[in-house]
Amino acid sequence: MRDPLSEVVKEMKPSGIRKFFDIVTEMKDAISLGVGEPDFATPWHVREEGIHALERGRTVYTSNSGLMELREEICKYLARRFNVHYDHKKEVIITVGGSEAIDIALRAMVNPGDEVIIPQPSYVSYLPCVQLTYGVPVICELKEEDNFKLTKELLLSCITDKTKVLILPFPNNPTGAIMEREYLEEIAKICVEKDIFVISDEIYAELSYNGTHVSIAEMEGMKERTVLINGFSKAYAMTGWRLGYACAPEKIMAQMTKIHQFAIMCAPTVSQYAAIEALRNGDDDVEEMRKSYDQRRKYLIKTFNEMGIECFEAAGAFYVFPNIKKFGMTSDEFATKLLEKEKLAVVPGTAFGDCGEGFLRISYAYSMEQLKEALSRIKHFIECL
Amino acid sequence: MELTKLRREILQVLEKNCKIELKDLAAMNGISEAEVANEIAKMEKENIICGYHTMINWDNAGEDKVVAMIEVSVVPQRGVGFDKIAERIYNFSEVEAVYLMSGGFDFMVLLKEKTMRDVSTFVAEKLSFIESVRSTSTHFVLRKYKDHGTILVERKEDERMLVTP
Repeated sequence: MRDPLSEVVKEMKPSGIRKFFDIVTEMKDAISLGVGEPDFATPWHVREEGIHALERGRTVYTSNSGLMELREEICKYLARRFNVHYDHKKEVIITVGGSEAIDIALRAMVNPGDEVIIPQPSYVSYLPCVQLTYGVPVICELKEEDNFKLTKELLLSCITDKTKVLILPFPNNPTGAIMEREYLEEIAKICVEKDIFVISDEIYAELSYNGTHVSIAEMEGMKERTVLINGFSKAYAMTGWRLGYACAPEKIMAQMTKIHQFAIMCAPTVSQYAAIEALRNGDDDVEEMRKSYDQRRKYLIKTFNEMGIECFEAAGAFYVFPNIKKFGMTSDEFATKLLEKEKLAVVPGTAFGDCGEGFLRISYAYSMEQLKEALSRIKHFIECL
Repeated sequence: MELTKLRREILQVLEKNCKIELKDLAAMNGISEAEVANEIAKMEKENIICGYHTMINWDNAGEDKVVAMIEVSVVPQRGVGFDKIAERIYNFSEVEAVYLMSGGFDFMVLLKEKTMRDVSTFVAEKLSFIESVRSTSTHFVLRKYKDHGTILVERKEDERMLVTP
């Protein structure tokens, strides 16, 4: 029999989190700081809207791009919150989570051999999605001393004649790093100068703790070369609804829509109706969750540093990324031993790229009580080393 | 008086968990323990923080007690007004809460964790004898679903997977 598999798929490595997940699930009484989704339930008024949609029998397809009403609300929201302006008829698509948006944006833009710059540590799906397009991933290793920001020097060092796309993953999972306006302006200038397109994954935009998130799409000359990705999972605690969106200039959007049309058809209809409610009446929910995350963030950073575990001041998402190099173990060893000895699961930084070595991703999508318990276990663990 | 941002944040945390350690409360707000202690002491003095109570689900404790809400209509008297009548009601130690209401009656009086006999004695022998009280209407709580912002009937498990990207 011939090999039934595609070479490119065989070459894709399974997610580094997967292996860890398998160990954790076998351990019955383990607690975890390893989750990448909110601990809040979707606000009730949003859930109710979903129920209402079901009751009214809204169980059919929507248009490929998604409900017009939802796209309109998204454009209003983006203008109101982040000062970026899109045409809901031609420049927006509703996707199955932000993850689908990443995939179709790359497929729409990357030719075989084109280089795509992926700053790491970052979310696990960028690299395999680039590989599926036969593009060439170019890893840009972010540094702790830069607070894991993408500096212009780092970016310039990765650019070649073949560079076509830059992925901009901020606020960042797993580091919690954000990019302030002055940093984005420098990146934008380079992108315009070198004619590079940007896929800006802003799924954690609402979870920025030192002032409002800034989108690179706002910078001069950038809207026409940016695909902005966002969604409902993190801001409105709607991970299971599988709903995200992308905004891009018509030229790119038309091609993304084609892929979406053939691969997906449309995003879940019930989720789309619920999302309209989230955008219209969810500002207070977002504010309340953000405040709660921010308190936990401050608590964690302070407590880690007091424990003697260096932890940079992450200002976004719901992760901190403490440095554990001084304990003389790899991230994997540290996480594995922590799980064995203290029954506490955290994710090794290396799950998000080789340069995550020496770090752990700690999620604070947990209650204060859970965080306290987990931190006391870490404290006990390092005291016993 | 406008509440400062810090005060509001302290109050919102304390309202949910008054047992929180000062050092945690301080860390959550990015300030020192002394500052938090100082602010709390001031708010106690200013009667913004009026007490630290424990929320108990007596039903689960196996106590057979009731909660009654009594609507009270009164005839306010010249120069005395509602405050004086309220005082005559709230001074009874069995009264948990008294609110002046808008709408079809004047006071809502709350009795908590009493026997039926306690409630009937209170209404028949104390409340009704207050001169200004014109009428009362007593409602018993059959089941509490949510109290003080806390859902009492169910405790949700964390259904998330332990590790996700």
